[in-house]
Amino acid sequence: MSAAPRVVIVDDHHLFRAGVRAELGEELPVVGDAGSVEEALAVIREQQPDVVLLDVHMPDGGGVEVIARVGEECASVRFLALSVSDAAEDVIAVIRAGARGYVTKTISAAELADAVRRVAGGDAVFSPRLAGFVLDAFAQDALAGSANDEQPVSGDRDLDQLTPREREVLRHIARGYMYKEVAQSLGISVKTVEAHVSAVLRKLQLSSRHELSRWAVQRRLVSLDGP
Amino acid sequence: MASAQAPAGQTRAHARVPLRRRIDRGLLGGVCAGVAERMRVEVLVVRVIMVMMATVGGLGVAVYALAWALIPVAPDSEHVGRRPGAWREAALIVLAVAAVFAGVHFAGSHIGEGLWPLVLGVCGMALVWRPTVAPDGTGASRRRTMRALLRRPSALDAPRLIAGALLVAFASAALLHAIGVQHSLGKAIWAVAIIAAVLGLVAGPWVLRLGRSLSFERAARIREQERAELAAHLHDSVLQTLALIQKRAGDPREVAGLARQQERELRSWLLERPDPGEGASVAAALERAAAEVEELHRVPIEVVTVGDGPLNGGLEAIVQAAREAMTNAAKFASSERVDLYAEVEPDRVEVFVRDRGVGFDPGAIPADRRGVRDSIIARMERHHGRAAVHSRPGEGTEIELVMERGPSP
Repeated sequence: MSAAPRVVIVDDHHLFRAGVRAELGEELPVVGDAGSVEEALAVIREQQPDVVLLDVHMPDGGGVEVIARVGEECASVRFLALSVSDAAEDVIAVIRAGARGYVTKTISAAELADAVRRVAGGDAVFSPRLAGFVLDAFAQDALAGSANDEQPVSGDRDLDQLTPREREVLRHIARGYMYKEVAQSLGISVKTVEAHVSAVLRKLQLSSRHELSRWAVQRRLVSLDGP
Repeated sequence: MASAQAPAGQTRAHARVPLRRRIDRGLLGGVCAGVAERMRVEVLVVRVIMVMMATVGGLGVAVYALAWALIPVAPDSEHVGRRPGAWREAALIVLAVAAVFAGVHFAGSHIGEGLWPLVLGVCGMALVWRPTVAPDGTGASRRRTMRALLRRPSALDAPRLIAGALLVAFASAALLHAIGVQHSLGKAIWAVAIIAAVLGLVAGPWVLRLGRSLSFERAARIREQERAELAAHLHDSVLQTLALIQKRAGDPREVAGLARQQERELRSWLLERPDPGEGASVAAALERAAAEVEELHRVPIEVVTVGDGPLNGGLEAIVQAAREAMTNAAKFASSERVDLYAEVEPDRVEVFVRDRGVGFDPGAIPADRRGVRDSIIARMERHHGRAAVHSRPGEGTEIELVMERGPSP
């Protein structure tokens, strides 16, 4: 990535959009913003940005809906989810829809710009909290698997488990380490760290849906009786 | 009739034992056990009387069915005993009735022959009424009974209702047959069906509307309650904080702290997390400690936990040590934020507290800095855990706490 990535901001809160635009605008070109799913589709189609900063919660569907409707059509566009929500089911849902990462809205401008560059470069961005969710979800799977030897529905064990190295990387991220620090601590290159995180992202997106949703229900994070 | 009338007569004498069905001690529905407890006699006596009455034209069966329908279940036995499904109950009643009549018939006895449609009808009524009687004995039970009568029968109630209605219809037809329309039972059934259909056509829409408007009203009332609760919560928490923030607008640190505190409160309220003061779990204790340190020193602390477990044995110590580590980070590191990560596994607990502050040389902790040495390292060692400090000047600090959890608590 030689040129700075072009960014579109999608969020239904006008004040927040203006704030991010002002903060991020100093470092990266912000080529458009949108306050609803429909607006977002139009802006993304018109601008073909490198990265879309996507609010998880919006009226009429939110981030998941935007990715679902424009993700395949604009395959070069990458999505980074931005949310005030801590709820695992929101985060997991938007990642599974195709977002390349998740950060909370309290993130500093410099960190956000860094995350955008990383996503534009094809890497995944995990906040400490997301790393914690993933460790928790896959730990639960491992426990359930060893406890009653029940095969997951997908039958693809590789996708339902993290390698020891991936776990180690995720644990460092959950502890608040930057990628560079993770690399230093584990004695591997930053590129390798990025590869591990991307692999975890892929597993998160592709692994047996059954297991992950069961985990969310077990933790009472998903309401079974919807609105 | 002795057993049927006895409860009313005994009311004053044994006012302290209310008449309740004891499912946990009964054979069928706990009626005899309940009556026996109320009258302070042996269950066997009540059962024998019941069986004797059952042979008199099935009278006992009707009495039993009615009692089953109308006497509430004793609250403490409700979940103890069996909880038969609707079909099983219906089948049991019908089988019992059929058995009694078959027995009476084959014995060639015709005592109380004219009584059996009544018995059947009462059994049907019992089936229809049964689900509407609330199992508790509080004052709300009557109101709930009325509401239950009017609400649409749930899927679980349907078989019982159908069986009951069939029994009642059959009994009515038989009664018509007995009182004069001999040789035309078919016609009698038709008459009942036609009358029922006419009544249904005439009154049906009205009943439907009544039920619907009642449920609308109820939904509106619930909405109103929820709104009032939400308003009360927002007023107590969010509005208060916003007022405070306006007052202290000149102090950014204070404002950020207030906002953060409110955010945490609102979040836990939205996610309906249990009050952290209640649950004695490791994760909850760490979160509470982080919140307290954050409030005292106004440095945001991100808490990420994986897994959880009860807070027992030496785990109090690891929480205390983590708290001390967070306090140190918040007080001395001048870091913008502190990260706490805890992993609770069945056999070990690990906690990491990391800041990106000034850092220090762990080999040269001044002797007067008792915090790290006493409160963290020594404390962990006392409880058979260990603590490690990773820090370098200018690169922040990470404190690692590990505690193995043995088989003993």
